[in-house]
Amino acid sequence: MSAVITASGLSKRYKSSLALDNVNFQIAPGRIVGLIGPNGAGKTTALKAILGLTDFTGQLNVLGFDPRKQRDKLMGEVCFIADVAVLPRWIRVSEAVDFVANVHPRFDRAKCEAFLARTKLQPNQRVKQMSKGMIVQLHLALVMAIDAKLLILDEPTLGLDILYRKQFYQHLLEDYFDENKTIIVTTHQVEEVEHILTDLMFIRDGKIVLDADMDAVGERFIEVMVNADKADAARQLKPLDERQVFGKSIFLFDGANRATLEQLGETRRPSISDLFVATMKGTYA
Amino acid sequence: MKTFYWLVKREFWEHRGGFFWAPIITGGVFLLLNIMGIITAEVLGAHHGINFGASGGLHNVMSDMDAGDMSKVGFALDLAMYSATGLLTVVLGFVVFFYCLGALYDDRRDRSILFWKSLPISDTSTVLSKIVSATVLAPIIAVIVGIVVGILQLLILAITLSFHGVNVWHLLLMAHPFRIVFNLIGYIPLYVLWALPSVGWLLLCSAWARNKPFLWAVALPVATGLIISWFGLMGLFNLPTTWFWKNVVQRGLFSTFPGTGSVFGTSGESIAHNVAGNPNMDFMDLTNTYQLLASSNLWIGVVIGSALLAGAIWFRRWRDDS
Repeated sequence: MSAVITASGLSKRYKSSLALDNVNFQIAPGRIVGLIGPNGAGKTTALKAILGLTDFTGQLNVLGFDPRKQRDKLMGEVCFIADVAVLPRWIRVSEAVDFVANVHPRFDRAKCEAFLARTKLQPNQRVKQMSKGMIVQLHLALVMAIDAKLLILDEPTLGLDILYRKQFYQHLLEDYFDENKTIIVTTHQVEEVEHILTDLMFIRDGKIVLDADMDAVGERFIEVMVNADKADAARQLKPLDERQVFGKSIFLFDGANRATLEQLGETRRPSISDLFVATMKGTYA
Repeated sequence: MKTFYWLVKREFWEHRGGFFWAPIITGGVFLLLNIMGIITAEVLGAHHGINFGASGGLHNVMSDMDAGDMSKVGFALDLAMYSATGLLTVVLGFVVFFYCLGALYDDRRDRSILFWKSLPISDTSTVLSKIVSATVLAPIIAVIVGIVVGILQLLILAITLSFHGVNVWHLLLMAHPFRIVFNLIGYIPLYVLWALPSVGWLLLCSAWARNKPFLWAVALPVATGLIISWFGLMGLFNLPTTWFWKNVVQRGLFSTFPGTGSVFGTSGESIAHNVAGNPNMDFMDLTNTYQLLASSNLWIGVVIGSALLAGAIWFRRWRDDS
């Protein structure tokens, strides 16, 4: 199948800074891609470009559309949840459902009402009377009832408590995602999405510094727990990162020989957050 | 078409207060003040022993009236009915003014624009739905409320008079409620055209301003006017300074007030003439109000308004607040 998103030479300059610097990537259908980067790395700009919310230079093809020229057509196939509280404060639950049901051709009202029935939301309730968690529940119910090909989540669980956060991703996986859909998610709570991602993209200073599927990440990056006596030997192999835990050193290697590392100590797959911290070292320095 | 209907409906949901409750509350207060006035008059009248109805005074006056006097009664009744709508149009002017200023700004400020833009709706339809809400939906509601309030006003007058032994229904026949309804509803298309430059300017500021659209919308033309007045720049075009104030500042900002077209658009003399002569409300007839269509002022406004609206659509599409 052809790619859902193809970007080549994608650049975006704000007045003083380059938010996207000649970025190239492809996203295939049926993937869950984590777009992860420090604050100000260009994540949101990349998503805005994909959604046709901002101008840019370079080539970008989303589901066969040019987001700059065909935003309204594109949005028939794409759904978007930005960080919480972007639903208008005056709208009632029933009005939101009515409105989306009548303007979106791919909206399944029964499905949406089934999702809402699992929450405490009342049809007459206004968004301004809801907690952050409830607003996200409403937004998610609206979005999951749309049979879209691409779902874009920009910090969707920001400011939610752990119950809502767990529920959010659980609903997405159980009731929404299938092989015909693609999800792109940006978040700082990396641990929460780690187990659902199929692909990983790190972005730093407007450049993609890592673009790989999770299996490849597991192959390429290896973490070794090394006793103090072998630490110098490990350092010889040019680790990406080193940290100390309980008197042992933990080294992170990129593309090193697995057999060699196993002789140094216990190897394991690094967590995405450790990998992220190692890759982004010195970002704010 | 279905999408557009729902877009306008959305505007109504969001602005129920301004579009619906403001005219109703104004109309209610208007009627209440009238009733209070009548009660005060009755109480004062009874207190001083003046009872002009039952003693036959007014009754006799009625029977002595000739056709010319009758038409004056009709004029008074029509005026009473128009006056209710007159008050509502002032309210409508304010509602439309502030609605337009916020229409493309409020959702950017609270970031709900990201939700609206995540739906398959073009920015052109969005802006058009806001124009239609401001220039068609809001006036229709105001006119309907105005008509209802006007009829209630007539009934209150009639009932009051009937306590004084005056044949109410005979009196009411001298009013022209259907003509008034026809004139008021028929005025709306004219209002759409006349209001276009103001609606365009306010929506453009609303779509463009990063903050405080009110300040930009008002301060920009007023500051320009002051500079022009100060340096007498209009002299370059052999025009008086007041030309700028009247045709740019006033026209650009206050055309959302219904009736300003009829007052300022055509030469005001014809109206003055009508009122001074045989008193009637004929100047509100569509044959008179639609003479505005012959004025270049209206059509230049339509052209400039359309250009401003095109600008508003462009900014709605590309304004990037991040």
